[in-house]
Amino acid sequence: MGITGSLSRLLLVCLLLWPAMATAQVDDSEAQQLLTALAESSFAEKKDVVNRIAGSGDERARIWLEAFAANKLARIESTGQFVIVLSNRGRDWDVESATTGESLGEVSRRDIDTIRVNNSLRSELESILSVIDLKSPNEDSRLTAARALRGNVDDGLADQLPDLIEAETASDVRLALTEALAIYQVEEQGDRSAVAVLSGSLNSDARAALQNAARSDDPALAAAANKALESIEQKLKFNRAAETLYFGLSLGSVLVLAAIGLAITFGVMGVINMAHGELIMLGAYTTWGMQQLLPGQPGLALILSIPAGFLVAALAGIAIERTVIQHLKGRPLETLLATFGVSLILQQLVRTVISPLNRTVITPDWMSGSVMINEALSLTLNRMYVIGFALVVFAGLMLIMRKTRLGLEVRAVTQNRAMARSMGIKATKVDILTFGLGSGVAGLAGVALSQITNVGPNLGQNYIIDSFMVVVFGGVGNLWGTLLAGLSLGTINQLLEPWAGAVLAKILVLVFIILFIQKRPKGLFPQKGRAAEG
Amino acid sequence: MSIKKHVKLGLSALALSVSLNSVAAEDPIKVGILHSLSGTMAISESTLKDTMLMLIEKQNAEGGILGRQLEPVVVDPASNWPLFAEKARELLAKEKVDVIFGNWTSVSRKSVLPVVEELNGLLFYPVQYEGEESSENVFYTGAAPNQQAIPAVDYLMNEIGVERWVLAGTDYVYPRTTNKILETYLKDAGVSADDIMINYTPFGHSNWQSIVSDIKKFGSAGKKTAVVSTINGDANVPFYRELANQGIDAADIPVVAFSVGEQELSGIDTGPLVGHLAAWNYFMSVDSDANYDFIDAWVEHTGKEDAVTNDPMEAHYIGFNMYVEAVKKAGTTDVEAVKDAIIGVAVPNLTGGYATMMPNHHITKPVLIGEIQDNGQFSVVWETPSTVAGDAWSDFLPGSKDLISDWRKPMTCGNFNVVTGSCGGKAEVASN
Repeated sequence: MGITGSLSRLLLVCLLLWPAMATAQVDDSEAQQLLTALAESSFAEKKDVVNRIAGSGDERARIWLEAFAANKLARIESTGQFVIVLSNRGRDWDVESATTGESLGEVSRRDIDTIRVNNSLRSELESILSVIDLKSPNEDSRLTAARALRGNVDDGLADQLPDLIEAETASDVRLALTEALAIYQVEEQGDRSAVAVLSGSLNSDARAALQNAARSDDPALAAAANKALESIEQKLKFNRAAETLYFGLSLGSVLVLAAIGLAITFGVMGVINMAHGELIMLGAYTTWGMQQLLPGQPGLALILSIPAGFLVAALAGIAIERTVIQHLKGRPLETLLATFGVSLILQQLVRTVISPLNRTVITPDWMSGSVMINEALSLTLNRMYVIGFALVVFAGLMLIMRKTRLGLEVRAVTQNRAMARSMGIKATKVDILTFGLGSGVAGLAGVALSQITNVGPNLGQNYIIDSFMVVVFGGVGNLWGTLLAGLSLGTINQLLEPWAGAVLAKILVLVFIILFIQKRPKGLFPQKGRAAEG
Repeated sequence: MSIKKHVKLGLSALALSVSLNSVAAEDPIKVGILHSLSGTMAISESTLKDTMLMLIEKQNAEGGILGRQLEPVVVDPASNWPLFAEKARELLAKEKVDVIFGNWTSVSRKSVLPVVEELNGLLFYPVQYEGEESSENVFYTGAAPNQQAIPAVDYLMNEIGVERWVLAGTDYVYPRTTNKILETYLKDAGVSADDIMINYTPFGHSNWQSIVSDIKKFGSAGKKTAVVSTINGDANVPFYRELANQGIDAADIPVVAFSVGEQELSGIDTGPLVGHLAAWNYFMSVDSDANYDFIDAWVEHTGKEDAVTNDPMEAHYIGFNMYVEAVKKAGTTDVEAVKDAIIGVAVPNLTGGYATMMPNHHITKPVLIGEIQDNGQFSVVWETPSTVAGDAWSDFLPGSKDLISDWRKPMTCGNFNVVTGSCGGKAEVASN
């Protein structure tokens, strides 16, 4: 950025220091002139125009710049009027005047020329806006602004920073500002004393500055930078290990969720249900359907989808059990083929009735983004919820199987069907309920998966093999085995992936399972006693 | 149905048959549509079938070609590669179609290729592909690597100043060949091997955590880094979600994708992806009257106000119009005559220019780079100053740089080796 840029930022800072000045408004012809310049110049020239707008002292400057950064500042082709686009979907867009703020209603897309913005302009705008935010009374926005400044400090701002640091009360913000200044000093001035400030920082801009300094011609600076980098590397190693573990657990919990329904239908009842994946898909589509019913409330819809997804999948599962599976009792090969057919029917049904295209499931705000533990380690929120959800579902199932009448009957029927029936247990009813329970849990998995992957007709296919793998590895008929198998396979996969690549990691995991099954054909936790022989 | 209606219907049928009397003598021109309507690829291909139906409908309303109406023959190869070959045979041998528009994946095209060559059919292939192929019977209206991948890399290198590259792709022939071409291209441009990271993932990969985290690490070495993505289909949604969740901003590490268009984005909340890039030859947001007319027609045809258009649809639009022009020029639908006539035919594209069929059966296209917007559209930030002609044989692969393709007489050769001066140079080097 040139001198004009620095000057305008100074102006901007002044402007915000004396709010009285901020009420200034350039007259409309000048505003028109500035916006015309913005509309008609190349990307390289736009930078200067942006700075001129920021420095114009107009109180609407911020609105214009924010709209421009969001690609929503536009010009009406026929009238030459500048507008801010309020909604940019479909063929007619809702706009309001950029100069007066008056609504102009819907204008055809044909008649709107958007003033184009690109990445480098956008980050330029961001740093201009963050300079404004540094003065904000809100500590959070000051912190975001200060963090965004790291690696983006220029000469003009560098002179201002010491005073800003001095005046800052919050220690987080102060630290970020100090780092921002130190990065500037290391990069632009080769200042060795600033290296010390960065030595503990996990920030990637700080690390980048140090790495560049380590390659510099000044041996003293290079040595200091190298030393600082070493200490950072130590810290990073620990963080990376924690990160890999988290990745493994989160992949594992997805596997557990997908497999645990199967652990009931296949593991406990002994039914090979190839349509299990499609039951997961139904759960995911229920989430989508709920969000369509409750527009604008994705969070509430998601929560309501938990019971709804369970019910939809459970009913579908019971229907499959009644119409197909019960007639094929004790004929596993036929069951496999028939349920495979059911899975194809369900997929094509969704394609024909809903759409072959993926559906958008919105992630609610409280589930998107990540929790920053430190600058090098942030845990993604959606995955964290999925881990928690998997554990809750597992605990719930455990309770049902161990503490309820249904669980007792299920165990009795699976251990000895004839004996259980002669004790007065209605085996058919138990079959229906068990299959419904397993299917319902698959639906729950679908609700969770809708937050991390595509909701489309193929969703289920991607999980069916993995689910069988987990159940077999964990030991057929054992829920604890499924939990442990899912989590450990996930972790192994994530440990292998960085050095083997995703394709090879998957193959290695499969090879591992094959070898393991050779040694222990009944999985991690084989069923013991007479029940296992039957 | 009432008697009155019957009479009306009979009358109008009579009127129709009278007015079409001269035309009815001739058979309709049969247009085969070979796109999957079920299975994995239905997500992408079913819209192309609808596009073709729309184009045919419009052409018929304008009186067809040479006074003959067009009749679409739709078959469903069900995302099953061998079935593509069978259905192509059915179209050519049983239905006797005059031309086929179809295929999406390279593997399905490879499966159809011997059938189309054996039965001497015409196939218009509308999707960007890895190149290294030129058939006398196939017209490639999608982009070759030099019409998409290479200009995109040029943009990142020269305009953004990228020095470190991640080449991420799905594990199959298109990404592998494209990445091989790009790797050679980058190394020729002076990028060291340490600054290139190559990563392949299986189809439908959904767990991107550690790969995205690796990319983040790779990008924190103090050099501007970009990701060149040939990740295909369904795997993109979880990939972009993970990028957003791990806070990778387009301003820090931009991702430029070759397989992500408006249709793929319609399944994602694009708010966190603003600024990531895609390279295509057409975007729905292109500001031209031809494009707005096309969008209006598409919205009307589908009946959905939020229907999106994309690059392969434009390719079919161009391919179909080229076929129409070629038949008019040849005065017949005879395959040999159309093949000769179509070379050099120029029709308007949707971006305000013209597309010309080159002697190597590829077409000229402008290359556009777009940034993702929050409304699921792209905003064009750069385009090539003029159109680029598709190159069947890449200049950056050892086996193919000496090959050229020219289907005009007297050469009539798809892989002429300019060094040995003979037709039939080694062709299979690049495809693995």
